[in-house]
Amino acid sequence: MNITGHDLIMACSAIGAGLAVIAGIGPGIGQGIAAGHGAAAVGRNPGAKGDIMSTMLLGQAVAETTGLYGLVIALLLLFVQPLG
Amino acid sequence: MSNAILMSSGSDIDFMIHGLFPVDFFGNEVWITTSHVCILIVMLLMLALGVVANIKMRHATEVPDMLQNLLELLVEKLDGIVFGTMGKIAAPIYRNYILTIFVFIFLSNISGLFGLRPPTADYGTTLSMGLITFTLIHVAQFKNNSLKQIWTDMCSPLPPWLPIWFPINLISEIAVPISLSLRLFANVLSGTVIMALVYGLLGKLALIWPAALHVYLDLFSGAIQTYVFCMLTMTYISQNYAAE
Repeated sequence: MNITGHDLIMACSAIGAGLAVIAGIGPGIGQGIAAGHGAAAVGRNPGAKGDIMSTMLLGQAVAETTGLYGLVIALLLLFVQPLG
Repeated sequence: MSNAILMSSGSDIDFMIHGLFPVDFFGNEVWITTSHVCILIVMLLMLALGVVANIKMRHATEVPDMLQNLLELLVEKLDGIVFGTMGKIAAPIYRNYILTIFVFIFLSNISGLFGLRPPTADYGTTLSMGLITFTLIHVAQFKNNSLKQIWTDMCSPLPPWLPIWFPINLISEIAVPISLSLRLFANVLSGTVIMALVYGLLGKLALIWPAALHVYLDLFSGAIQTYVFCMLTMTYISQNYAAE
């Protein structure tokens, strides 16, 4: 079996894409913490449920960004193939 | 055309942007893609909605019927959000813009439900919206602050005669449109990719249950990202207006 340089680059891009989506760990932890504190806040003050929900969702959506950067890098490596 | 736009449940996985035909733009070859067509469809829908709303509100009745109720609800809710975030001075200037991008991004995000490829899953669309926000932020900044004040802000943690922090503040200013546009783009694109994988890999098995995925990825995620984009735009712009 002959492995050309292009094949090697494709294989390494796939590994790199897999490594890039490890970035999903961070937003997962962050969103979990936000949701936990949101639940605690609703438990303490059930009247403010609407405000807490909207603030929590806004914060979670912003925290999600770093994970999405990893996703964008992975998709670029897999489908746009800038290196090969 | 319909083959390129419709995400049909074939055996192939297809979520890329397809070029339809090239046009000559000042000597350069520019491709008209499916994103352009989808944006046009969304814009025509918005235009039709605007015309219908205009005709409707001209013959507004005291007891509102279905459509009038919907329009009043939309305008009232969004006005409430804009006034709550931006304050009384800035809100009347920007509420039309915020309503427009809100409706546009929302219709774009949920257009995946109707078989289109969402226009916001194209980085060109979201980057241009991020750049519009960037322009608005800095027009507001130069309108409402003196040059000396802007310079002081840009050197912010250190005194203005020691501009060591200036490059770092400059980078953080430039990062605003990039992070705004990448957030929207990556969210919508990830939904599009997942739906394409489900339809492409499972084929006949993907019968009714992908509706649940559509509800989460298109409706919920799209609505949240629309809200986030508008909220961040309003927050960034209103930073440049003094609190009343």
